[in-house]
Amino acid sequence: MAQTGILFAGFGGQGILFSGKFLAYEGLISDKQVSWLPSYGPEMRGGTASCSVVFSDEVIGSPIVEKPDILVVMNLPSLDKYESAVVPGGKIFYDCSLIDRKVNRTDVQAFAVPATKMAADNGMPTLANMILVGKMIKETGLISTEHVEKIIDKIVSARHQDLKELNAKAIKMGYDYEA
Amino acid sequence: MGEVVFKKPHSLTDNQFHYCPGCTHGIIHRLVAEVLDELQIEGRTIGVASVGCSVFTYNYFKCDMVQAAHGRAPAVATGVKRSDPNNIVFTYQGDGDLASIGTAETVHSATRNENITIIFVNNAIYGMTGGQMAPTSLPGQVTQTSPYGRDVKTVGYPVRICEMLSELEGPTYLERVTVDNVKHVNAAKKAIKKAFQYQMEGKGFSLIEVVSTCPTNWGMTPEKSLEWLQENMLPYYPLGVYKDKYAEKEDK
Amino acid sequence: MADKVLMKGNEAIAEAAIMAGCNFYFGYPITPQTEVAAYMAKRMPKIGGTFLQAESEVAAINMCIGVASTGKRVMTSSSSPGVSLKAEGISYMAGCDLPALIVNVQRGGPGLGGIQPSQSDYFQAVKGGGHGDYHLFVVAPASVQEMVSLTAHAFNVAEKYRVPAMLLADGTLGQMMEPVVLDNITVEEHDKSWALTGTKMEREHNVINSLSMLPEELEQWNIDRFKRYEAMEEQEPMWEEYEMEDAEVCVVAFGISSRVSKNAIMAARAKGLKVGMIRPITLWPFPKKVLRAAADKVKAFVTVEMNMGQMFEDVELATRCLKPVLKCNRTGGCIPTPEHVLSVIEDAFNVGGEQ
Repeated sequence: MAQTGILFAGFGGQGILFSGKFLAYEGLISDKQVSWLPSYGPEMRGGTASCSVVFSDEVIGSPIVEKPDILVVMNLPSLDKYESAVVPGGKIFYDCSLIDRKVNRTDVQAFAVPATKMAADNGMPTLANMILVGKMIKETGLISTEHVEKIIDKIVSARHQDLKELNAKAIKMGYDYEA
Repeated sequence: MGEVVFKKPHSLTDNQFHYCPGCTHGIIHRLVAEVLDELQIEGRTIGVASVGCSVFTYNYFKCDMVQAAHGRAPAVATGVKRSDPNNIVFTYQGDGDLASIGTAETVHSATRNENITIIFVNNAIYGMTGGQMAPTSLPGQVTQTSPYGRDVKTVGYPVRICEMLSELEGPTYLERVTVDNVKHVNAAKKAIKKAFQYQMEGKGFSLIEVVSTCPTNWGMTPEKSLEWLQENMLPYYPLGVYKDKYAEKEDK
Repeated sequence: MADKVLMKGNEAIAEAAIMAGCNFYFGYPITPQTEVAAYMAKRMPKIGGTFLQAESEVAAINMCIGVASTGKRVMTSSSSPGVSLKAEGISYMAGCDLPALIVNVQRGGPGLGGIQPSQSDYFQAVKGGGHGDYHLFVVAPASVQEMVSLTAHAFNVAEKYRVPAMLLADGTLGQMMEPVVLDNITVEEHDKSWALTGTKMEREHNVINSLSMLPEELEQWNIDRFKRYEAMEEQEPMWEEYEMEDAEVCVVAFGISSRVSKNAIMAARAKGLKVGMIRPITLWPFPKKVLRAAADKVKAFVTVEMNMGQMFEDVELATRCLKPVLKCNRTGGCIPTPEHVLSVIEDAFNVGGEQ
């Protein structure tokens, strides 16, 4: 695919923008064209948050992902809002410990991951987002697994060595998760 | 030829003042210029002209000058000073400029203790525009826009800048002076000089309020204006030092 | 070559300004440009520069006037309502012939408007905003990389012609991250003999002033200033041509709208529609000549803007209304979709075809 649009959405505080950033750094490392665009303003604080990431081999036009190839959602309102926008053949990743319905579309691939529950059970309650990212890496191949550590190094500050390890663990957990 | 006993300060240009006869701006300009001469700082001083009667001060001072928008002189001065702290920076502002449209800039440059000197000329009226009510016009004072006298019930009370700023932690030196007689003129010069000295020593913000007259717009002779100043202005705007962070140390 | 880094547009502007020799920043918080101030607050103390959060936008622009008067590079940034507050100071800068950079990361208006991206300050940027006869050098980046290059370029042009410059971005560009390379920044040296540096008792005093009580003198100042504007119109327009070789319809869009338009043009080309784009990079001086030349070749123009049709008027003027100009607008913080742009492009083929 010459161009891939990924949309992350959920509540503010779930690490939606961070997940997007993770992906954006893959673009940087692999020398692809990439853009990262957050929703911004007060809505970030407790309301809904979303984040568009575009990956491309060519110069990127619009950084706004209206029709995502990949949708990652962490709450029901976001699934309700964006499910119909996903391109046919696209992939939807959702946190089934927070979203109590299934994906209705039959022309897309849906992946349910109980990310919030897994995160809580494993003592990393703030890293459900990275578990979903792990699953997304597995199913899309968008991020080279060799790059994961490098990206974590770039986006988690050196002062939080423990967080680096936890992020890596969360991603691996998502990567290995099978329903 | 006789000995020269009195001459124009070097820091003033040869341009003729545009001020009305009897206006005290001339005296205040001279005092500032004498201080620049005595402290030998003309060559590193940058003045900020304001809007009002003193708008043309850039024509009168021989140091580098910038003309600011109405009320904004302290902000412009902040930029000039931050650009090079070795510059000696002063603003020269009237009451409309400093105490009405520019109140925010006045208060905030004071609270930052910006290392600048403000010469504030308070004559309780808008001179340049022809005699309208100023933030410092006295209760009952008749002006073009308070034809029945300043009614404090509808337009509020005159602003006492020195008193107001003295409540702030920031400013270093606040003094109110006047130039109605020789003794007061000498005291005014002393205050202006101290303000510039403080700036040279990096001590921070100083504001010298000069209670002044406006014979033209007050509708009085210059002499009568001075009497009116003594009888009406000074009771409302008492002379004195309102703040001086370094006063005690110097007294000792 | 410097490494590629991921940066938000707002941060890229700030870093580029510093690299371009700007050591002074004055600002006031407002969404969606606050990252510029935050970045400056962090960086300036480390390089011995000055960051000051002013008491208001009004004070901030006047602090800029102070620094600009001394001949040093200075910048302020804000978003639409804050730029309105700066308008007085911008007019004074123009009248005093002071170079400086004002950044406007636009949001929806008028009034308090909204916080979502907009391009509705086009008129304010290119037609005035403040009072009096004046122009700003106005650049409109369309990517984070361009936010870097145009920030640096704007400082150089501002000093060359002694005019204030404005970088007109929007909330999307300010907030988005893209990989950027922070290099290729040249700091040009221009005459600063006018600057207030203290006479050192060695020269006549310099005066920075916009006031004259003599109408003939003030007129002459304006005429002299417009000679510089004329030179700018001759030498400084910048634009990008995209797929214009065989284009029958020409999209005209700047900033983020041009990015959306590229998607629409790709989709149109896939349908066999010969469409291209002229993207003004400088909004003032406006790239009139290339548009006028295009008017002889294309059937119609489509202006894509996040306002009710402001640059539209300049396109009609530049093309002398030789060909129809269709509007594609969203405003209030809404962004046009590629589908929307495509539908207006299709309309343009129909309108143009009828001629």
